[in-house]
Amino acid sequence: MWFPRLASDRVLRARPTDAPFVLFQCHGTTETIRCLNRTAEAAGLHAGMRMADARSFCPDLISRPADPAGDVRFLRGLRRWAERFCPWVGLDGEDGLALDVTGASHLWGGEAAMLADMRARLDRAGLSVRLGLAGTRGAAWALAHFGTEASTEEDLLSLPVAALRVPPDTVTALQRLGLRRIGDLVATARAPLARRFGRELLLRLDQLLGEVPEPVTPEAEPPHFGVRLTLPEPIGLEADVMAVIERLLKPLCEKLKTQETGARSMCLTLHRVDHGSQQIELRLAAAMRDPARILPLFARGVAEVDAGFGIDRIRLAATVVEPLPIRQIDPTETPHPDRLQDLITRIGTRIGLENIQRFLPADSHIPERGFLVAPAAFSEAQSGFHTQRPRPLRLFPPEPIQGNGPTPPAQFRWRGMRLHTGCATGPERIAPEWWLADENWRSGIRDYWKVATREGRRLWLFHTPQCPGWFVQGEFA
Amino acid sequence: MSFYPLSSFPLRTTRVHEVCGPAATGFAAIAAASAGRAVLWVREARQTDTLYPVGFAPFLDPSTLLFARTRNQVDSLAVAEEALKDGAIPLVVIEITRPLDLREGRRLQLAARAGQTTGLCIIPEGMGSNAAETRWRATPVFDSSREDSTLMRWEIIKNKSRTIGAWNVCWDAQAHRLHVVSSVGERPGSARASN
Repeated sequence: MWFPRLASDRVLRARPTDAPFVLFQCHGTTETIRCLNRTAEAAGLHAGMRMADARSFCPDLISRPADPAGDVRFLRGLRRWAERFCPWVGLDGEDGLALDVTGASHLWGGEAAMLADMRARLDRAGLSVRLGLAGTRGAAWALAHFGTEASTEEDLLSLPVAALRVPPDTVTALQRLGLRRIGDLVATARAPLARRFGRELLLRLDQLLGEVPEPVTPEAEPPHFGVRLTLPEPIGLEADVMAVIERLLKPLCEKLKTQETGARSMCLTLHRVDHGSQQIELRLAAAMRDPARILPLFARGVAEVDAGFGIDRIRLAATVVEPLPIRQIDPTETPHPDRLQDLITRIGTRIGLENIQRFLPADSHIPERGFLVAPAAFSEAQSGFHTQRPRPLRLFPPEPIQGNGPTPPAQFRWRGMRLHTGCATGPERIAPEWWLADENWRSGIRDYWKVATREGRRLWLFHTPQCPGWFVQGEFA
Repeated sequence: MSFYPLSSFPLRTTRVHEVCGPAATGFAAIAAASAGRAVLWVREARQTDTLYPVGFAPFLDPSTLLFARTRNQVDSLAVAEEALKDGAIPLVVIEITRPLDLREGRRLQLAARAGQTTGLCIIPEGMGSNAAETRWRATPVFDSSREDSTLMRWEIIKNKSRTIGAWNVCWDAQAHRLHVVSSVGERPGSARASN
């Protein structure tokens, strides 16, 4: 199966048009055509052409940037679809599929009927396809790419040498020698060919003729972490639902264990008798696969579910999984970290997993940037907070106070209190980080003072000499 | 004999305590330092001031500090109750913005008892709950002798199981322990002590 216009067909499926349409890709500063539709081809454009030339050929050209990753995903989807014809389907390059239909074609009423069915279905899907059916993979490839719809295996020998899947320079060299068709190549002595072009050419030829086997490698199905249970009678009690979840968790966790992965996020879908469905999403603070630990975490979500006339289908899927290798049990290990993660998960179901945070050290002299705040579930604890200088326990947005001059004012009002400076330590000059634009540091350098007031409060004041003013920014214990 | 020469400190475990006053954060930091392991600090997201981890370094390793940002006080209390009941975190600090009623205070007490943990509510002045085991008032005291002084006055203003009292204390960052400081008039060499 060869999809000559896979990329453009994929885009055009979403917005069909009869106008010339191309997908372009960028190589450095030049844009070249990657894929184009039939109308554009009729207008004289071809793949690999520069976009500037193409636009001059065809002023009403519609163009979009190409998305190779999306095309690969699309081809993988087609591969899964093609498994309806036979179980043995592999990818063939960037725009083709190889199907091993041995023993499967009679189910579709013979090879011709199967090909017609494939063609009809792909046509309905808006994909142009070229099919080739032959005894070997190489021959099928050659027929798909270079044959016509009517050509059969007898026509193989009359196909051009390019149908052998050899590099273009080999093709050119063969044509210069007058070997234009595959039949010419078969009739030639093998030894000189091998000496001249290496073994690849002969290997391809043998693969085409079936002398050397070339198996189709089917892609492994990605593991699917989902289980479901359909109940003969609807249930509505919380305990019953939990019991069902327990039954579902067991096989799911077994599967996670064999794949050496752990669930990071799970989704429980409860289908009710009246065709309504409700979802409970559970985000875990760490990858886990222990049913006994996961089960109680669902309790809160299940309690909020409206069972209506009853629930008769339950599906449980691990939507995000992470690798979690099997570890040797260490008797000296404390069970503490697991308990903490369970707690974080439970709290996270109420306030959101992002809202449980921890501090990470950051490399900056600016007080507000001397630390990072990261969600505890997605970060590791790091130590490395250093203080050479006293730092307050609380920081607040700078609050202006009355004061003149470079030394702290002898008395000032702050938050409605009249305070008298008893002992001032400083100044500690902190310059703004000029490489980062920070609105709060527009006032320039700051001279920080620790001021112990006679009333007791110990405050962190700063003076901005470049834009005179005094501010309170923090409070010590 | 307790490690600290204060009655009722370190805070009694399996109970929820309260602290008010300007040095309440320092009190909580010292309580956290003596509790060890992890500390969960529950506060509402809308509060404008932030805890400054570098400032906590003299008291405890800031990496052991977890904090939960909640939408409102109901969430704060729910998170605190959950954490107290679980027992994985020995000390839970809750910043309170409106007074607790008896039911909420009692629920926290029961949760702390179930999880064998300690709770500490930082309350605004006069917003105490009757269910609290002890209530402290922590105020910083001016100390002219040292410029990096952490001298504070801690008063127990409510105590369910023992007597109330007041102490001047300061935190020794090197030794990681709390020192009780005699009042100015009673120090060796002062007029009253020589009598």
